[in-house]
Amino acid sequence: MTEDILILEPGRTEKNYWSDLWRYRELFVILAWRDLSVRYKQTIIGIAWAILRPFLTMLVFTVIFGRVAKLPSDGNAPYALMVFAAMLPWSLFSTSLSEASNSLIVNTNLISKVYFPRLIVPTATIVTAFVDFLISFVILLGLMVYYQFAPGWHMLLLPLFILLTLFASLGPGLWITALNVKYRDFRYIIPFVVQFGLYISPVGFSSSVIPEKWRLTYSLNPMVGVIDGFRWCILGSDSPIYWPGFILSFVIVTFFIWLGVSRFIKMEKTFADLI
Amino acid sequence: MSDIVIKAENLGKKYTIGHQAENGRYTTLRDVLMQSAGNLWHKTKDLIQGKPIIQGDTMEEVWALKDVSFDIRRGEVVGIIGRNGAGKSTLLKVLSRITEPSAGRVTIKGRVASLLEVGTGFHPELTGRENIYLNGAIMGMTRQEIKDKFDEIVAFAEVEKFLDTPVKRYSSGMYVRLAFAVAAHLEAEILLVDEVLAVGDAQFQKKCLGKMEEVAKNGRTVLFVSHNMGAIQKLTSRCILLDNGESLLDSNVNKVVSTYLSKNINSSRNETLDTSQNDFTIKSISFNYEAVQNGFNKPLNFDLFVNLENHKYNLTIGFIIINSIGAKLMLSECDIDEIPVGVTHLTLILEDHHLPPGNYSINFGIVINGIQILHKENVLSFEILDLGIDNPRLTQKRDKVGAYIPCKYIAHKIK
Repeated sequence: MTEDILILEPGRTEKNYWSDLWRYRELFVILAWRDLSVRYKQTIIGIAWAILRPFLTMLVFTVIFGRVAKLPSDGNAPYALMVFAAMLPWSLFSTSLSEASNSLIVNTNLISKVYFPRLIVPTATIVTAFVDFLISFVILLGLMVYYQFAPGWHMLLLPLFILLTLFASLGPGLWITALNVKYRDFRYIIPFVVQFGLYISPVGFSSSVIPEKWRLTYSLNPMVGVIDGFRWCILGSDSPIYWPGFILSFVIVTFFIWLGVSRFIKMEKTFADLI
Repeated sequence: MSDIVIKAENLGKKYTIGHQAENGRYTTLRDVLMQSAGNLWHKTKDLIQGKPIIQGDTMEEVWALKDVSFDIRRGEVVGIIGRNGAGKSTLLKVLSRITEPSAGRVTIKGRVASLLEVGTGFHPELTGRENIYLNGAIMGMTRQEIKDKFDEIVAFAEVEKFLDTPVKRYSSGMYVRLAFAVAAHLEAEILLVDEVLAVGDAQFQKKCLGKMEEVAKNGRTVLFVSHNMGAIQKLTSRCILLDNGESLLDSNVNKVVSTYLSKNINSSRNETLDTSQNDFTIKSISFNYEAVQNGFNKPLNFDLFVNLENHKYNLTIGFIIINSIGAKLMLSECDIDEIPVGVTHLTLILEDHHLPPGNYSINFGIVINGIQILHKENVLSFEILDLGIDNPRLTQKRDKVGAYIPCKYIAHKIK
């Protein structure tokens, strides 16, 4: 029988980092399941929170931006539907970003007592956000029925954009959670960023409102590309995608994923000492 | 089967800690503001350079482990002892990959499971059943392994009735039992255990000890950190003594334990004790841990070096044994007819004392020709180890009672 030989040395980078991660996939499943089953314990309406929160935000945005400010919708799409098509990726992004950034701190006792690839912790939290997303997706279907809005073939591409949303939150999430171990300041920054982001991302309004010359600059916010992509999938030709902006957002998401993962791996070994 | 599974070479672990400078003088608002501004500047600089924030004004490097080397063979059960802060837990943390060493290198063959604290990763909101799976997965077991062992774990923890209750409703005893049960059923070639026996009631501790023994007998390699010398002596055959991060002694368990005990507690007094007569002095007095095996009702040996300038007759040496709560338990006296002039090594042997395991200290006195020439309190202290063999019935507050003496009985049948 051949046995794995493990060598521990200062500054040694794990050769089989990724295969090690794969070996711990069951832990990933079980941590995700733990977060999920604990999420709505001891709440009265439980899982209904996952529906209520985005729905109420959508109502407020529709009234304020659509009725009061009288901003235009995309093509002929109902304003509420357009807002909700953006609410979906935005709440997926914001919940997974905030959960991932706090994940290491919340699991301090695990980090300081047991070894496992640390990357599992922040990635597992994203599953919870994803399940919330799936639940609120039901509202979208409900809205589509209500407005008698039939989706086109674009809808089939939606999974790709969901994946992009997850990556968009995972990149900064990993970086921030690693920094959070050292500097707790980031715990206070994230709620602020999320709140801020809701207004600078085209959630309550269409990104076509932005003047043409600023659109590329506006797409430096990766969520602009993601939200446009979602609207394109759900609303079809009513909401044409702005490709240069989308590609820019895509590049930025990829950059953040690279940054997040590489920073995380670099700092991972000192977590137990600093947390 | 003598291959090495853990090889540590010059292992070191460094921590940087900060000290707050003592600022005795009167501080003004201006000082505080200046200091805060300075701190902010330094911290921002640290952040940009990616250094951790260390609270305090001066920094110090502390080596929690220094130059530790050892080899552990397959199937060996090795104890690690040392005072608090000697580096025992740091060593286990390095071996279990929780933290990276700062120097040296470790080579490990086989799967390592570490049991550094029971109940790590238990979630209060989840039920006992769910927590078994969660905790098992965190410890590195696969779902299938947990499933196979599930009934065994539940039976060991004695929580069958409460399996579907959230563990936050558990009593602390139940909680700990469940946690230990999961950990004890880990399937790993190398097991690292830290102080888990310090939990639960006496009966459960006994059960844990039994389980550990079973594990050790199964040919698995076990590294066992504990303050319980009895458990160490019972479970291990070899022991490593750590002191200030350095490996002081690596030898068979009895030798290491007695070295540790004689170093650790104030079991010897090497300064001269003067008596009221200046031709008679005590050079040193010590408790001899090496002479006989330590344990319940094993003889206690005291070594005494006396210096005598003239002949003395009718020397009586007496000592009172005091338990950990200060009660005087017994007086023991030894009449010595004649000792030669010069330095003499006396060994006092107290047999059949029936003292239960615990910590004791002694008051010491000398009488010559009916006159007390020395009386000294708390001369030295010693420990009687609990080997868990001889006195299984009396489990609680052992060292708070006097002697432990088994009792016989006669039953008469009365019509």
